[in-house]
Amino acid sequence: MMRLRLCAAIAAVALVAAACGAREEEPAGGGGTQGPPVISEIGEPEGALSLIAWPGYTEKGWVKPFEQETGCTVTVKYGNTSDEMVNLMRQGGGTLYDGVSASGDATNRLIAAGDVAAVDIGLFDDYDQVMQALQAPPHNTVNGLHYGVPYMWGPNFLMYNTEDVPSPPTSWDVVFEPELDGQPNPYAGRITAYDSPIYIADAALYLKAHRPELGITDPYELTQEQLDAAVELLKQQAPMISKYWAIYTDEIDGFKSGDMVVGTAWPVNQSLLLADDVPVASVFPEEGMTGWADTWMMSANAPHPNCMLLWMEYTLRADVQTQVAEFYGATPSNAASCQQLREDLGSEADDVYHCGDEEYLSSLALWKTPLADCGDDRGATCMDYSVWTQKWTEIRGA
Amino acid sequence: MTVAELGAHRGARRRLSAALFRRPWARLALLLGPPVGWMLVVYLGALASLLVTAFWRLDPLTSTVQQEWGLQNFRTLLQDPVYRTITLRTVGMAAAVTLADVALAFPIAYHIARVASPRARQALLLAVVMPLWSNYLVRVFAWKTILQGRGIADWLFTHLLRLPDVHLAATNWAVGITFCYLWLPYVILPIATALERLPASYLEASADLGARARTTFRRIVLPLAFPGVVAGSIFSFSLTLGDYITPTLVGKGFFIGNAIYNYVGLASNLPLAAAFAVVPIAIMGAYLAGAKRLGAFEAL
Repeated sequence: MMRLRLCAAIAAVALVAAACGAREEEPAGGGGTQGPPVISEIGEPEGALSLIAWPGYTEKGWVKPFEQETGCTVTVKYGNTSDEMVNLMRQGGGTLYDGVSASGDATNRLIAAGDVAAVDIGLFDDYDQVMQALQAPPHNTVNGLHYGVPYMWGPNFLMYNTEDVPSPPTSWDVVFEPELDGQPNPYAGRITAYDSPIYIADAALYLKAHRPELGITDPYELTQEQLDAAVELLKQQAPMISKYWAIYTDEIDGFKSGDMVVGTAWPVNQSLLLADDVPVASVFPEEGMTGWADTWMMSANAPHPNCMLLWMEYTLRADVQTQVAEFYGATPSNAASCQQLREDLGSEADDVYHCGDEEYLSSLALWKTPLADCGDDRGATCMDYSVWTQKWTEIRGA
Repeated sequence: MTVAELGAHRGARRRLSAALFRRPWARLALLLGPPVGWMLVVYLGALASLLVTAFWRLDPLTSTVQQEWGLQNFRTLLQDPVYRTITLRTVGMAAAVTLADVALAFPIAYHIARVASPRARQALLLAVVMPLWSNYLVRVFAWKTILQGRGIADWLFTHLLRLPDVHLAATNWAVGITFCYLWLPYVILPIATALERLPASYLEASADLGARARTTFRRIVLPLAFPGVVAGSIFSFSLTLGDYITPTLVGKGFFIGNAIYNYVGLASNLPLAAAFAVVPIAIMGAYLAGAKRLGAFEAL
C-alpha cells in the first residue's frame, strides 16, 4: 500500500511538471488578424542559407553558382513528404530553416498557421515571365498576398510497365476497378498508389468523370457525401494494391522487382526507372490528372532572410529552372525557360514537359490543402485536411 | 603540499566518510539519487507529457495543437471501427510472432543448455547473439530483399515447391516472418537460462521413478522452464507491439505504430497519436501483470 501511494505521488509530480513544461511552448508565429507584414527589400546577405527541399531540387549544378554569386552557403534537409516538410518548418518555432520547396497540399497549412512570410513579388525581376496560371494561384496567394515564388510543377500521371501491360491504358479504371470489361482486373495485386491523404483527390477526380450524380466540382473541395464516395472507391482499391509508395524510391523499387506494374507516378520516378532500363511508359488518362506546383516559401522567423530572398530571386531565373527541369523531369514555372528546354530536348519539351502550356497546366487539378470552406456557394460544408487524414487511416488500416 | 595540508585533506575525507557511515539514508540518497531522478524526469516525465497531450486537440486548419482539455481523442478511438481493426491486427501479430518464436526457440535453447558440449555451447550462444551486432535496418532490408518479387522466396516457391502463385512480398506473412527472425535471440536467451538452472538430479529422479522422456518433459522440464518462456515472450510481444519500421518496409498493412507514426508525421495530430499510444501501454501493462504472476521476472 505504501509503495502504491509513492507511485501515485511520483506520477502526480511528473504530470504537473509535464503540464507546466508544455504550457511554456506556445506555438510561435501565431499570425495576427491585421494581416502579416510584407517583406519588400533585400538587405545584406547573411552568408548562410538553410533549406528544406524535395530530393533532386537542390543539386550542385545550380546551388554552387548561387553560393559563388551571393556568398550564402547552402545546407539542405530533404523532406520526403509534404507533411514532413510542414513539421520541419515548425521546428524551433520556425527558426531552424529559412525556406521550403512546399507543394500545394502543404502551402495553405503553412500560410494559415503564420509559419511563412509574405513577400513583395516586385523584388523579383523575372516574376512577369511566370506562367499565367502560377502568377497568383490559390495555393500560395491568399488575400492578394504572395507567400513565395513558384518553382517546378508536374502531373501525377499513370505509369505502367510496358511488358506487363500490353496496351497503354486510357483510363484510371485500371487502378480503381476490380473488373475491367467484365473480367477480373488482370493487374490486381500489382497496382500501386500514393501513400498520402492527398491521394483521395485522385479517387475524387475519377468519380467526377464516372459518377456525375455526386456533383464533384473540385477534387479538393469535397462534401461529406462526396468524400465518403471517394473513400469507398479507395477501400475497394486497397485489396488490389501490392504496396503503397510514400517515398519515390519505394515506387522505383517496386517497379524494378515487378511487385508493381501500374499506378500513379511522378515524372522523376519514370526518368530514374528508364535510366535503369526498366521498361516503363506513362499516359495521361481521360479523367484528367492531379498535379503539383511547388513554391519556394520563406519562414516567418527565418534566420537568414536575405539569403532566402536571393535564393527565391535566383531560382526564378529561366536558365536555373531549365537546369532543374532537365535534371528532375518537372516543368519550369518560368515560361522563358522553354526556349532553352526546346533546344536541349527537342520535341520532348512540348510533348512530355508541356513547357509553357497554359492549357495543359490549367487542366491539372493541382494539389491544395483541403479546407472546411468550399470556396464556393456551398459555404463551410467541405471536409478539411484533418478529416482527410482520418479517412486515410481508415482506408490504410481496414 | 606540506604535511599539515595533506593531513587536513585526509581529515576532510575521513570526516565525510564517517558522516556517511553514521547516516545510511544519506549514503542511499547519493547512490540512488541520480538514477531515480533520471527515471522520474526522462522516463516518467516523457510518459506523463504524452498522456497529457492525449487530452488536447488539434486545430484542423493550421494543424497546430490547441491546449484545451477534452476526451474527443478517446471518443474517436472508441467510435471508429478502424482503430479496433488495427489494434486487433497488431495484437494478433504480436501473439502469432510470440508463439512461433517460442516454438522455434525452445528446441534451440534446450540444445544449448542441456545437450551441447561446453565448447559447442559457447559457439552456439555466440551464433544466437551475433545478429544483434548488425544494424536492425540492415536485417530488415535483408528480409525485404529475400521476400520481394523475383527474390529468393519467390524462386523457392516457384521452383522447389511448385507454387508459382504464392508471393509473400508486402503481405502480413512477410511482416510476421521478419518479426520472428528479429526477436528470436531475445526469446532463446531467457529460455536457455531457465533450462540451464534445471538441476540434473530432478531429471535423474524422474527417470528413476519410471517416467518416460515425454512425461519428464511435461511434468519437470516444462513447468520449471516456463518462467523463462514467459520472460522471452515479453520481449517478442512488446517489441512486435511497438514496431512500425518492419511493417513499413516489408509489409503493407497498418499496425498501431504505423497509425501513430502517420498521425505524428503526416497530420501533425499529436493529441490523437498520444491517445492511441495509450492502447499499447495498457496492453503491455496487462501482459506484464500476467507475466509477473507466472514468475517470469525471476527468470530474467
